[in-house]
Amino acid sequence: MSTASNSAHRADAAMRTPSGGRIDRAQRIRFTFDGQSYVGAAGDTLASGLLANGVHLTGRSFKYHRPRGILAAGSEEPNALVTVSRDAARVTPNLRATQVELYDGLVAESQNRWPSLDRDFGRVNDLLSSFFPAGFYYKTFMWPKKAWKLLYEPMIRRAAGLGRAPAEADPDRYAQRYAHCDVLVVGAGPAGIAAALAAADGGARVILCDESAEFGGSLLTETGAVIDGQTALAWVQQGIASLAGNSRVTLLSRTTGFGYFPHNLIGLNQRLNDHVAVLPKNEPRERLWQVRARAVVLATGAIERPLVFPGNDRPGILLAGAAHTYLNRYGVRVGTRAVIVTSGDDAYQAALDLQNAGTEIAAIADLRPEVAGALPDAARRAGIHILPASTVLGTEGDLRISAVTLGVVQGGSVRAGQRIACDALLMSGGFTPSVHLFSQSRGKLKWSAEHQAFIPETSAECERSAGACRGVYELAEVLADGAMSGAASAPEPSHTQRRFSVQALKRDSRAYLGALPQANPPSSDKSFVDWQHDVTTRDLALATREGFQSIEHVKRYTTTGMATDQGKTSNLNAMAIVAKSLDVAIPQVGLTTFRMPYTPVTFGSLAGISRGDLFDPVRTTATHSWAQARGAVFENVGLWKRARYFPRGGEDMHAAVARECLAVRSACGIFDGSTLGKIEVVGPDAAEFMNRLYINNWSNLGVGRARYGILLRDDGFIYDDGVVARTGADRFHVTTTTGGAPRVLALMEDYRQTEWPELKVWLTSTTEHWAVIAVQGPKSRQVLESLVEGIDISAAAWPHMSVGHGRICGVPMLLFRVSFSGELGFEINVPADFGLGVWEAVHAAGQAHGITEYGTETMHVLRAEKGYIIVGQDTDGTLTPDDAGLTWAIGKAKADFVGKRSLDRASMKSPDRKQLVGLRTKDPNVVLEEGAQVAATAGQKPPMKLIGHVTSSYASSVLGHSIALGVVAGGRARLGQTLYVPMPGGDIEVEVTSPVFYDPTGARINA
Amino acid sequence: MLLIVCPYCGKRPELEFTYGGQAHLTRPRQPSQLDDQAWAEFLYMRTNTKGVYAERWRHARGCGRFFNALRDTTTDHFLAFYKTGEAQPVLATPPDQRAQPASSAPPAPPAPPGPGGRSA
Repeated sequence: MSTASNSAHRADAAMRTPSGGRIDRAQRIRFTFDGQSYVGAAGDTLASGLLANGVHLTGRSFKYHRPRGILAAGSEEPNALVTVSRDAARVTPNLRATQVELYDGLVAESQNRWPSLDRDFGRVNDLLSSFFPAGFYYKTFMWPKKAWKLLYEPMIRRAAGLGRAPAEADPDRYAQRYAHCDVLVVGAGPAGIAAALAAADGGARVILCDESAEFGGSLLTETGAVIDGQTALAWVQQGIASLAGNSRVTLLSRTTGFGYFPHNLIGLNQRLNDHVAVLPKNEPRERLWQVRARAVVLATGAIERPLVFPGNDRPGILLAGAAHTYLNRYGVRVGTRAVIVTSGDDAYQAALDLQNAGTEIAAIADLRPEVAGALPDAARRAGIHILPASTVLGTEGDLRISAVTLGVVQGGSVRAGQRIACDALLMSGGFTPSVHLFSQSRGKLKWSAEHQAFIPETSAECERSAGACRGVYELAEVLADGAMSGAASAPEPSHTQRRFSVQALKRDSRAYLGALPQANPPSSDKSFVDWQHDVTTRDLALATREGFQSIEHVKRYTTTGMATDQGKTSNLNAMAIVAKSLDVAIPQVGLTTFRMPYTPVTFGSLAGISRGDLFDPVRTTATHSWAQARGAVFENVGLWKRARYFPRGGEDMHAAVARECLAVRSACGIFDGSTLGKIEVVGPDAAEFMNRLYINNWSNLGVGRARYGILLRDDGFIYDDGVVARTGADRFHVTTTTGGAPRVLALMEDYRQTEWPELKVWLTSTTEHWAVIAVQGPKSRQVLESLVEGIDISAAAWPHMSVGHGRICGVPMLLFRVSFSGELGFEINVPADFGLGVWEAVHAAGQAHGITEYGTETMHVLRAEKGYIIVGQDTDGTLTPDDAGLTWAIGKAKADFVGKRSLDRASMKSPDRKQLVGLRTKDPNVVLEEGAQVAATAGQKPPMKLIGHVTSSYASSVLGHSIALGVVAGGRARLGQTLYVPMPGGDIEVEVTSPVFYDPTGARINA
Repeated sequence: MLLIVCPYCGKRPELEFTYGGQAHLTRPRQPSQLDDQAWAEFLYMRTNTKGVYAERWRHARGCGRFFNALRDTTTDHFLAFYKTGEAQPVLATPPDQRAQPASSAPPAPPAPPGPGGRSA
């Protein structure tokens, strides 16, 4: 450890100015960074707090592990990524130190270093960097193939990782809110505040948001400006006070507009409590706003552009505007002796203010050959040495810059200039308008040679860009632009234009693009374009040499602009370098797509309350509590919780299911079938509607009778199935699969509303109206005889597939005689509120007959023993009724039904189609895996010829061997053949059988 | 999230709707009279328009009704909403002339049209 320098850093805020800024020096805030304690002031960010203590080194770079310092003062910061933790569960990685507000006791750590920030082992990567060119992942780690998973990937992930996610569940709450407004203003700098004031003047409902803790934007830095006779800060405070006093205005600080979605829906992320020392109880940590705005004003400002030169990434090298902000907003000097490199006038104000605060300005190296204007003149008057036609050839210093070597550009060539010792190098390449949200809204950008940047051209939504984000930089114009945008966005535009008188020096905000001119040969040090992903000029040149021409391809190959900062400081320089290297104009290279989020948004904020038990709604049936009390094991079926089996005395699933199956086959079982979808189809044309929709003939189905119905889509494939009962001449009770109920109703409604509006028929979902209690087994009639009133359920009077209204336990009932088990069976439908009571009564009455409650697993085994399909398990959207062996169900006399025409296509009649068959393993104890493939020949090696797959497979305790259903090409012609199910342990021999394993004659249904 | 104007209920967020694909396709009254090619055309072939597209929506988590909309697939702007069975409205201006400058010049916001559309 270099303890000498560290102890110097620990001296109490040595770089803090005695006065000024938006901080409260009286409130001392203690915090730690990498275990060392520091003291900051209320109002500090972690970055300003560290800089006040003279700490620049805050991270190691992603690939080369070079020491990195704070570059910026805002959300564009690429280097100073830290992990902030409150406890084991509250660990937030990859936060920008420039946006982390200090609170007393804050604990922050740097990332991507080992063992420590100032002695990082990974630095060896920098020395070996010729082995890490662009695309090195693709080139280096190709062989041997197996090493990727075992060696390379874990190694790269460890070495190149950013922060680590917390290991514990997030204990915090996150809120979400929908809001509507007339005008949403994103960004509360001069343009945004002027826009909000003007829109509010027009009576608009306004939301003004800013990502920072304090409103004012650039005016918090440009404190020397005078607006309408008051200081910039006073103007901001007066404007915000006026907005805060307006009940139609909502002010949101610490709120980032992160995404612009269609039709003026803007996503805002508000950080409510990340800045407080003691988390308030029961308050959310963050709030996600979804704002639907009638009009949007984007006043998102501009980001200062760094300059690209060798060694431009040492700690102590900052954006000039950032240094200006640290001084004027946070009362921090970023160095004692600074050199400034700039392409325009903006850095001169920073130089003047820093000099006033006691930082020596060693020189201003200006890229322009001629330097004139009000600000340079002011600098000259202040005795600052200005070097025109300058460039930077290199820098020195290990963990902090110690000197810079300038160059002089003369007639197209570069000669070496002065070497100047310094502890800060402040650079300014002009501004890049923040067009992220504009571009996300699908607005069209245009290249502006004047700005050396892309600026908004045509809006796609009801949106206006105002101020620096569209290349308007002069304060007076920025204010006027904001006010005009705000006024025009109000529902009733007020044409009384606000005018602003501004006293500020005229400035030439000339921008520079691409790498700075270098001597020949250039320095061997790297020139960084993308700090966060360690992309250098050489990487970009290599990519173009290797044939990449589109910026989208260069981006992916070099990963420039693909880090968490999305290239806020790097994209335009990268484009310019690629354009130069390809010798084309910049607009020809194109611009990469801007994607949301503008800055990272936590998963917690996006998820809101949708986690744990609240992730999805839970549907339970009337007997849920009863099953719970019996220790049932539940499974999720769609949103439903269904009892899967009822273990007794330590039984596992296999034992419980074997017992339940045996009970149903030998005596009687009771099963909750309430989750089945139910749709009431009613009207004079109900039968006609059903005839057009389902494959079956419904005209000849009498009232009081039921039939197994099959629904296809018009492509001829099975969509759903279920028993359909005719409960009146004009009324059908249609049941669907548990998962299929909503889509069947939607399909029915589609045909009813859009194809056959002439039919008088109405559809109602009655799924949750009825509780369904299935009583199945040879003794089921005996159980029910004593309970059922109003229906003679004797075998003679009430055959299979009868349905009728009666009463049970005094409750109105719709009773079915149906079977999904192959046994004699009934299904009792009672209003859901009576479901539990009737269930308990039936269960009690059945005790004398050995009634046994059973779950979905037993239901599945019983139906598979009978070869009854489950749509979605045994069918997959490619099975016709004939494939499933259900041709008998088709109403042959019908001219048409949904899907009929498709069944007539030649390919639908091919004998080689996959058909449902039974598969019986030669070894009765082997249970096939569902989804396993089926082959005609044994011992195949990949690629195998496969002719089908297993759809259902169970151990059948009743039959004493395993059973399986499957679909096999030409399966019905293969009865008796031996096929093979290839598995990792070898082929499993199976015999093709009928899908009906149990009671093939169906005698038991009439037992 | 799109803002959709149900002709029966008014302006609602996209969450309440399900998409119904291309509009103005009518199921043949006598499919058995069609040859395989014609049936396949009806069943599978859909246009993939860049520009104004007539499409179906259903206010599934609202009134449950199907209706039609004209949407510019390049901008996601809706140009009309109209009821099932109504003819596709004829647009007065081509959609590419609806664009507006990004500056603070007076706007022509493409507000979603009211219910009912301009049906023929």
